Amino acid sequence: MQPFELASPKTREQAVRLRGTDPAQATFLAGGSDLLGLMKDRIETPGRVVYLKGVGGLVGVRSEKTEKSGGRLRIGALTTVDDLSADAALGFEYAAITAAAGRVAGPQIRNVATLGGNLLQRPRCWYFRNGFGLLAQRDGKSMVVDGDNRYHAILGNEGPAYFVQPSTLAPLLIAAGAQVVLFGSQGERWLDLERLYRIPKAEGEREHDLRPGEMLTEVVLPPAAGRKLASYEVRQRQTLDWSLATAAVSLEMDGAKVTRARVILGQVAPVPWVATEAEELLKGKTLDHDLAAKAGEAAVAKAKALSQNKYKIQLARVAVKRALIAAAGLTEEGA
Amino acid sequence: MVDYFWPEAKDRHLIGQRISRLDGPAKASGRAKYTYDLLPQGMLWGKILRCPHAHAKIKSLDVSAAEKMPGVKAVRVIQGPGTEIQWALDEVVGVAATSEALAEEALRAVKVEYEVLPHFVNEANLEKAPKVDAGAEEVVGDPDAAMAAAEVKIKGTYGMPPVAHNCMEAHGQICEWTGPDTLNAWCSTQAVAGLAGQFAEGLGIPAANVHVVTDYMGGGYGSKFSVDRWGIECAKLAKLAGAPVKLMLDRRAEITVAGDRPSAYGEIEVGAKKDGTLVAWSSKSWASGGPGGAGNPPIPYIFQVPNRRHKHSSVPTNRASARAWRAPNHPQGAFLTFSALDDLAAALGMNPLDFFIQNLSITGQLEKVYREELQVADDLMGWRQRWHPRGDSAKGLVKRGLGLSIHTWGGRGHRSNCEVTVHPDGIAEAKIATQDLGTGTRTVIAIVLADSLGLPLDGVKVSLGDSRYPASGGSGGSTTVGGVSSSTRRAAQNLLATLFEKAAPELGVTAKDLEAAEGKIRVKSEPGKSLSWRQALALFGQTPVTATGANPGTGDLTSSGVGGVQMADVSVDVETGVVRVNKMVAVQDCGLIVDLKTAESQVYGGMIMGISAALSEEKVLDPVTGQVLTTDFEAYKMAGIADVGELVVRMMTGPGYDERGVIGVGEPPVVSPGPAMANAVANAIGVRVPFLPLSPRRVLDALEAAGTAVKKETV
Amino acid sequence: MARDGKRDDLPELPGGSGLSRRDFLRGGAVAGALGGAGLLAGEMLEAAKKNAHAPRIEAGVEVWGPGPVPMRLRVNDKPVDLMLEPRTTLLDALRDELELTGAKRVCDRGTCGACTVLVDGDPVYACSVLAITVQYTPIQTVENLGRPGALGALQTAFVENDAQQCGFCTPGFVMAARALLDHNPNPTLKDIHHGLSGNFCRCGTYAGMRQAVLAAAAAEAADDQKDDKKEKKKDGGEPPKEPKGVAHG
Repeated sequence: MQPFELASPKTREQAVRLRGTDPAQATFLAGGSDLLGLMKDRIETPGRVVYLKGVGGLVGVRSEKTEKSGGRLRIGALTTVDDLSADAALGFEYAAITAAAGRVAGPQIRNVATLGGNLLQRPRCWYFRNGFGLLAQRDGKSMVVDGDNRYHAILGNEGPAYFVQPSTLAPLLIAAGAQVVLFGSQGERWLDLERLYRIPKAEGEREHDLRPGEMLTEVVLPPAAGRKLASYEVRQRQTLDWSLATAAVSLEMDGAKVTRARVILGQVAPVPWVATEAEELLKGKTLDHDLAAKAGEAAVAKAKALSQNKYKIQLARVAVKRALIAAAGLTEEGA
Repeated sequence: MVDYFWPEAKDRHLIGQRISRLDGPAKASGRAKYTYDLLPQGMLWGKILRCPHAHAKIKSLDVSAAEKMPGVKAVRVIQGPGTEIQWALDEVVGVAATSEALAEEALRAVKVEYEVLPHFVNEANLEKAPKVDAGAEEVVGDPDAAMAAAEVKIKGTYGMPPVAHNCMEAHGQICEWTGPDTLNAWCSTQAVAGLAGQFAEGLGIPAANVHVVTDYMGGGYGSKFSVDRWGIECAKLAKLAGAPVKLMLDRRAEITVAGDRPSAYGEIEVGAKKDGTLVAWSSKSWASGGPGGAGNPPIPYIFQVPNRRHKHSSVPTNRASARAWRAPNHPQGAFLTFSALDDLAAALGMNPLDFFIQNLSITGQLEKVYREELQVADDLMGWRQRWHPRGDSAKGLVKRGLGLSIHTWGGRGHRSNCEVTVHPDGIAEAKIATQDLGTGTRTVIAIVLADSLGLPLDGVKVSLGDSRYPASGGSGGSTTVGGVSSSTRRAAQNLLATLFEKAAPELGVTAKDLEAAEGKIRVKSEPGKSLSWRQALALFGQTPVTATGANPGTGDLTSSGVGGVQMADVSVDVETGVVRVNKMVAVQDCGLIVDLKTAESQVYGGMIMGISAALSEEKVLDPVTGQVLTTDFEAYKMAGIADVGELVVRMMTGPGYDERGVIGVGEPPVVSPGPAMANAVANAIGVRVPFLPLSPRRVLDALEAAGTAVKKETV
Repeated sequence: MARDGKRDDLPELPGGSGLSRRDFLRGGAVAGALGGAGLLAGEMLEAAKKNAHAPRIEAGVEVWGPGPVPMRLRVNDKPVDLMLEPRTTLLDALRDELELTGAKRVCDRGTCGACTVLVDGDPVYACSVLAITVQYTPIQTVENLGRPGALGALQTAFVENDAQQCGFCTPGFVMAARALLDHNPNPTLKDIHHGLSGNFCRCGTYAGMRQAVLAAAAAEAADDQKDDKKEKKKDGGEPPKEPKGVAHG
């Protein structure tokens, strides 16, 4: 690690002032489970680390009554993934989210990793992690395309970005309609979580839309209001492993009929992928196994395999189908 | 002349019992100090700059800035300009500095210019290999005629990628010069005795001046026999700096350059009569284990098909050289052979258990062992009740299947010398320059010594892990337990001969009338007539009594050749290709078992390591850079506790097994999980997944190739 | 933060604890000043007197480093004063400064579990936590659970069930299992798999580990029944969860 100075502010105003706007100079540190590795490998080389865990008001889940029925949930970005997984209020409203939090990595990670860190962690792309840059280009050519891309993107992979967004929680939170609260030198702004992510077009661009020096302070969830939320992750190992493809769905139902659907894929594109085709397909139809399978097909209709990741198209297709079956409470096929 | 023998079952009080390893408390409490843990006074931190290219020539190199950095005590060019680097992360410059961070800074200050050369790292497709070293074809009988006459035959291509050793304790050592040509080296090694000579040769100093110590070591699996270039460089840095230097590999280097099991690929055709009798085998195989290529796996494995042809080609690649990986060549031979045989059994419409039994007559000297073990495994797995023909016809997307494999290994005890001293306080100490890799070597020596001398376990002490003790072989090939058990037993019997000689007149009998039992030297026919150990030792005055023992020697205290059977029960999700292990059964023999608890642990451990390799491990080489991409535990996918399923181990012991003496068991159980699991997958889904690991990608690719992938019509 | 109030309970800097006086730096004072492992105790005393390591203030907040700064850790129920750079991980502080080498450095990237220690009763990867951020927070290492001759129940179970071979991953597994049992004294096999899913073993000791954790749970339950009048106390027991401590708040 490059030497750095460390400050532990108590307020978000202090944090933002200490952080400044030059990402090369300073960085925010929350749980550190991702950042420390990046710093050890000199992928991140900040001269200053602004440690956020002392900042007040950024931990915990609180219920907030709105004028509409129910209360929305405001979740501090520094809430650990472990605390999220055990939160009663969140679990009551969105059991799928607490369950997913309980599946993140292993206990040691969940105890330090934060909600904000989970959403903003850097991609796991092994070219990026081995120091070849986020876009992994050499002589203007993508190393991913010619290299080993078994875990890379099957959607949104027109280039130059081929990595996948790794957050376990982002697809579910987007499906649930989450907004994020961002705080920077120009004050606070709110953003739909799905707008936070972007596909970088040039090396040096980031995979999110945070303004320089801005911090993520909260995630705000609307009341579930009868929506059915579920996710399905395909994991090879049951021990400390990343999902190979994830689908998160949220359904507004009128009886067995879907009135509105959100279908978000994880681990398959440089951003949490909104499967618009599947959402459209589901709308107004009665959800059964057949429709779930068709929605899976629709979700990957535009998927394009790289040289070694064709299997991920099948995984994404199945993940969507199974998430829908789970959300609708249908029994497993063939069971 | 002493007649060396193992005691009869009735006379074994400790041997064969279930005894906890003696260093367990030190390990479980974090008190065991490994090489990585030591901090000798004034120690410096060593680091190595490594070449990022898989094939390159060093054009220029400038270490002057690093040399000038305060706190940097030594800088050494390991490979200078003009050198052609053959694999990524090969060593270029070594530094020693007062802190680890400073050593890293110093490496960053080194300027190296490379001329990057073309590399080749992915040997799965033989046609793409720029160079192939074809071996000679081995032919037995008339394979062409036999194949033509075979009533049922199959053809298949199978393969497995390279995997890493990935020892938890990285390779490395601490070197300290105690004089101009005298060296202390604490090493994470499998060869304490052998390493002294390797240091001496590399450094040009007398071997007798090198003192190697390994109290505890964190895993080797065959990768830690060599002093390695980093060992020699560590010593040279220490000399240059005038201070002890610790140099441990980081994880990226550990996975990339310090461990590699060669790949293996093969095209196989095999034929049988309708009744399942094997008649013809024809195969070609290829493999790589780095620039030197790779050795020839035994193919066909175990089943010596009467008419057979085999040709192996070795493919040089730009990746760090292969190291012996637990049961070298056997996992590859077993996977290629038993994948093909299982496909043949399916074509014959035979239960693989019947098919194996049908052909046991061509397995050689272990036929009887396999027959018994297959029966035991069948009972433990419920194979005959549960087996179904290929393709689980049950409803649902998760299919279940059973698979089978057998294996063999030598495991005769290596050369070993033991010195036993009985101290005046009556404690017997064994000294052997062997090492305990976690296999239980300390415990085994203590058991043999105590049982041989009729002492309790706390009446003996084991000193090992020090090159100044009597020489003993490196711990490889499952040779340690046979070697040290034999040398310890011989030393103990020799010691008793000396004691009995002196004690006999005191007790008014002859030496042959005496025995050592229950902490006494006593008359066999009159156990009441005895001397305590202290009394016996007093006969020798103030001087402790010492005796030595050497293996090999007269008498058969160890032998070679064990057999094992494993069965796998797996579930496969045919939509996702995810494979889960439900249960594994291992039935294993290893002659006379010294410690049942640690022997079983070896079988559990081998089986788990084999499950892990088959299920998810792959050392992924990047075609673009030639670098290894799987450089931590996230990318290099080892199985965790939740991934290995229910595990059942049964050791074959007693009459028919014990008479063979002590035989090693570290290697054999790692051989079978791959073929057993792959065969179980085929049994579950009805399609052969020909390439390891059994990942969703491999399973879905196989299903798709077979045209049976679960697909839904597009909208 | 919550831990601030506890500072008064601890001896004043520079430490009254034996550990802080130890000759914990092995390369001479120069290393600490230049590269950073730490400073000798004597030098630290001087530095504290001169206030040479006082933080700068920016935006009303103390900014520490990048050179060595004074830190107080609470390791195994003892306060320890150290001079470390902010970049020093908890693992390196434990191993190289305090010679608590039970926590192992294997991957150093938060992927293997061999460095697992308990921070405030929760298992964490010590390689992925900065020492400066866990000051004044109870840190527990495997050394605190028992020693040869006086092992804790869990360690005894690891020995008796041969849940270890080379032993290099063992302390990490012991700590992860300790945390599991502290939070769930009667785990199922599935709970054990979940609780130990952040650790890897290469020798293949998982079968023994399953048995060891089940055996330890049974032994501790029996112990608890025996001692049910006394306050429940096990090796590794920690106070109830509170928000984590923070550096120089």
